[in-house]
Amino acid sequence: MMELLLFVAAALRISVPYTLAAVGASFSERSGVINIGLEGTMLNGALAYTLGAWFTGDPWMGVASAVAAGLATAALHALVTIGFRADQITAGLGINLLSAGLTKFVLTEVFHSSSNSPRVEGLPEWPAFGAAGIPALGPVLGTPLVLMTAGVVVAGGWLAFRSTFGLRLTAIGERPEAAAALGLSVARHRTLGVLISGALAGLAGAWLASEQHSFTDSMTGGRGYIALAAMIVGRWSPAGAAAACLLFGAAEALQISLQGSGFPGELLQMLPYLVTMLALVGLIGRATPPRAVGVPYDPERLG
Amino acid sequence: MKRRLLLGSAPFIAVALALGAGAVFILAIGESPLELYGIMARECFGRGYGIGQTLFKATPLILTGLAVAIGFRTGVFNIGAEGQMVLGGFAAAMAGLLPLPGPLRLAAALLAAALAGGAWGALPGLLKARFGAHEVINTMMLNFVAYALVAWMGHSVFEHATVRTATLPESAWLPRLGAFFPALHGSPANLSLLLALLAALGLHLLLFRTRLGYELRVVGSNPAAGEYGGIAPGRAQALALAISGAAAGLAGIAFVLGYKHYFELGFSAGAGFLGIAVALVGRNHPFGVVVAALFFGALSYGGLVVNQRVPKELVDALQGLVILFAIATQQVMERLARRLA
Amino acid sequence: MSAPPPPRPQPSPAASPAPAIALEGITRRFGPLIANQDVSLNLAPGEVHGLVGENGAGKTTLMRVLCGLLPPDSGTIRIDGRPARFRNPAEAMRAGLGMVHQHFLLVDRMTVAENVVLGREPHAALGGFRRADAERDVAALAERVRLPVRVSAPVAALSVGEQQRVEILKALYHGARVLVLDEPTAVLTPQEVDELFAVLRELRDRGTSLVLITHKLAEVKALADRITVMRAGRHVGGGPAAELSTERLAELMVGRSVPPLGARADRAPGPPLLEVADLSVRDARGLEAVRGIHFDVRAGEIVGIAGVEGNGQQELIEAIAGLTPTARGRLTLAGRPLSGRSAREHTRAGLAHIPGDRLRRGMVADMTLAENMALGRQREPALGRGPFLGPGTLTAFARPLLERFDVRPPEPGRLGRQLSGGNQQKLVVARELSRGAPVVLAAHPTRGVDLGAVAAIHARLLAERDAGRAVLLLSSELSEILALSDRILVMYEGRIVHETTPAATDERTLGLFMAGRGNGGGS
Repeated sequence: MMELLLFVAAALRISVPYTLAAVGASFSERSGVINIGLEGTMLNGALAYTLGAWFTGDPWMGVASAVAAGLATAALHALVTIGFRADQITAGLGINLLSAGLTKFVLTEVFHSSSNSPRVEGLPEWPAFGAAGIPALGPVLGTPLVLMTAGVVVAGGWLAFRSTFGLRLTAIGERPEAAAALGLSVARHRTLGVLISGALAGLAGAWLASEQHSFTDSMTGGRGYIALAAMIVGRWSPAGAAAACLLFGAAEALQISLQGSGFPGELLQMLPYLVTMLALVGLIGRATPPRAVGVPYDPERLG
Repeated sequence: MKRRLLLGSAPFIAVALALGAGAVFILAIGESPLELYGIMARECFGRGYGIGQTLFKATPLILTGLAVAIGFRTGVFNIGAEGQMVLGGFAAAMAGLLPLPGPLRLAAALLAAALAGGAWGALPGLLKARFGAHEVINTMMLNFVAYALVAWMGHSVFEHATVRTATLPESAWLPRLGAFFPALHGSPANLSLLLALLAALGLHLLLFRTRLGYELRVVGSNPAAGEYGGIAPGRAQALALAISGAAAGLAGIAFVLGYKHYFELGFSAGAGFLGIAVALVGRNHPFGVVVAALFFGALSYGGLVVNQRVPKELVDALQGLVILFAIATQQVMERLARRLA
Repeated sequence: MSAPPPPRPQPSPAASPAPAIALEGITRRFGPLIANQDVSLNLAPGEVHGLVGENGAGKTTLMRVLCGLLPPDSGTIRIDGRPARFRNPAEAMRAGLGMVHQHFLLVDRMTVAENVVLGREPHAALGGFRRADAERDVAALAERVRLPVRVSAPVAALSVGEQQRVEILKALYHGARVLVLDEPTAVLTPQEVDELFAVLRELRDRGTSLVLITHKLAEVKALADRITVMRAGRHVGGGPAAELSTERLAELMVGRSVPPLGARADRAPGPPLLEVADLSVRDARGLEAVRGIHFDVRAGEIVGIAGVEGNGQQELIEAIAGLTPTARGRLTLAGRPLSGRSAREHTRAGLAHIPGDRLRRGMVADMTLAENMALGRQREPALGRGPFLGPGTLTAFARPLLERFDVRPPEPGRLGRQLSGGNQQKLVVARELSRGAPVVLAAHPTRGVDLGAVAAIHARLLAERDAGRAVLLLSSELSEILALSDRILVMYEGRIVHETTPAATDERTLGLFMAGRGNGGGS
């Protein structure tokens, strides 16, 4: 039983960055903008956390820096895809390349190492929330970012399905011309969607750096893409994305626990990607994205 | 005519803007951009060894750029060039290690590379044709599956305590260009460059002078019209992804057959993703791709040259910036062209 | 003696009166195309105004300018005498202007209530959407203006007529006192048209001003108080509806009285070249759009299919062309069965297809004229054997065709998008009619085409008929069907409900059959 609880706790911890990024991505895509740049955004967030925590000694400043970095990256993405109406997928790839290079550049210049930064403060635990009595799960529940992630999922669900903002976002992602004819600003809403995805991806990066207590080169390791995959499997809803992230987190926890046992971990590594491909093919139910996703909105086309 | 001029200038403007942004970073760390760019240009295009390095780095980029370009021309986005390249390189190494008579080894390695990459591209193509599954996500996912697959297979074939295969026998080696051009002596540039250039020529012929190429381009521009015109869009796109994958599969041979003569995990170093930038800057035209690949190859080597003064990762950042500037300027130019029409 | 008509009810005192609208000297360009040239129009409060003209006359552009979707290049809009400038549709909405577009702007995945209230949603303090309130408010509004809708149903599940009601409700909910309807009856069944007109009369009685954009003269005469006619971007005439006859309106729309087509060769048709037996085709939603149709087209005749759009004609044509698989039935061309597997096979069997949607199916806008001329013909021997097909071959093939069929400019290197609609259609016609195929499918061959090109295309189709080919014509313009066909078939709800000849029928009778109300049909 204890083993199981420990496993669940590990899965929860691992799924935190995925969940944050995936919920954020769902807002971007619901508004019609594909954000493939999550990987780079997360990386920027992780570096920003490290810099913030290093220079101020305060992990919460690190968190704030990470969110700021995520917002800045998202703003760049929004500028290129919404301002200039350029292709969203290519823009995301460009941002990933840019972030990979830029973070390493800064790492080398500031910390004089091309592979890792010195140790920084991680986020503190909150024993009150942890109710230290609960075996295994106590410490996890006492971790601020885990609680925040749960809060993000709940708030995200409310925002997407029960708020007027969510309604407008859905309309803009499905039929932007309809929303524009009613006076809603497609550009403004899409920008907000992208910024939300950036802030949450930045937060995810903060988590990674905080857990590791440092920044290492390429530390996001493809998590941004897995988050996108989870969003698709979760059918573009925050709760669905979170559930898929838990699944992927469990698979990763399983892979870690099996390390050294001779079981080919690579097969488990492939799991999230294969599951996503199956979802796209319709074997795990049909996954239909928002109708207007990926298409830059050109107000002149209606007129 | 004016339209073509406007659109054709977009890549140059994008590159200039990116270099400008790079200059800002260089200034920020207290170095002189002009001086550093000057050193890079001199090394990459002025010295024999540097030219050789530029050509060597450009070779896989030509092939991955062609891969992405032919996809775009047919209306499909192949982000899986990286995975296709890895599988192609691995297959080439495995074929090269087979007990075959001498000259057959090289041929087998090349064929294996193309087939492996082609299959890995055909797979998302078939999924799209049959199920309508979007190839962007699928090709991206297959990148990761490819990495994992090769790592897994590597357990049984890699040399003990390494992440590389055994060295191929010499009959499977592609000779260095230094053997033919003494100026390039010592550089890793090899005959795979010839293959890449031939591929560019071949794809140009295919796209613009054959019936199949015409049909692919129609589907890329207007699939419904293609269907009306007797072309099956799904089949055309699957074929394009297979050709694309084959080209990307061959991208690995510069390293595996021409340089180190073995396969090593991570050898691709992002050439697959960079192919997207190459295709963009080359405006999806085979000859443009060659020129763009040479530019990016020079940038890549140039970064190494000045690494002591500016971290070479700035070059990676520049590559990302080129992509962003390229797609933005393309939009600006297209809108200008439309307004002037 | 019949009772006098009931007095028009006064608008409810609570509703504010509709504003008087004046458009003065509106000009609007799109690149080199002048869509509106110095157009003026007056709309009195509570008036029903018909805005008529052919396709491309500029009616929709003018109304889009009025409703804030497009800024005018010059000219003034006055609301109750005061000049107004709308930077976006929201500002126009606030001034009481609402537009129901030809292609509805509805979000399929959302419910009726959500679509209607979007942008002015009832909400709680923190931004929560009050769904129950929205549904209640929309239901109340629908009740008030007698537009029955199912407020909690997703729009995707609604019929076209219901969706249009949602669009009207949406405009009213957002405060429209002036309602502009763009070709509202184009996609309706005749029954739905009657229902719509009842609604419009109701709205008029409540004091809402209406602008009806249409090219259907009978409708506009039935409803409008005043009519404005536009042609080629200009205001060319108008006045009180009672003083304008249909003939006069047609004359103004077209710019001259329409000359009848030259006498057609009177010949007995030959053997059937296209045979359709018990054909059933499913539409995109899996429902049967074509239900067991039988007909023939013989050599040397034009068979015209009349019907309101959406009764299965498009699916029928696409099935005959090989673009859609058939659910049941047989297609035979010159005695040999058509497999229905691909357009290529049907083309090879001897079919030429002028598609109804030229920009989507008929050509590739971003390719050259030479490349477009080869579309669907790229495997013909005329374009070379072997795998090679280069620009030289394409140009040599295209140039004589461009000249022979009067495509302007006849430059093979031009891009398709650079041609006008009429010239694009002439290119498609050139490509298809030069095949010498025994069977020709012509779907909406003159849609969106200027008059000069219309005459040329009609002449070509007649020439095909005279040369002994079998021509199947599909058109939503009854005048075109009556002018060209040797035989006329009417399609309604997937079936052929009437067969006749132009001499034995008229527009009114055909209209009845198109409405499903021919002898023996519904009430």
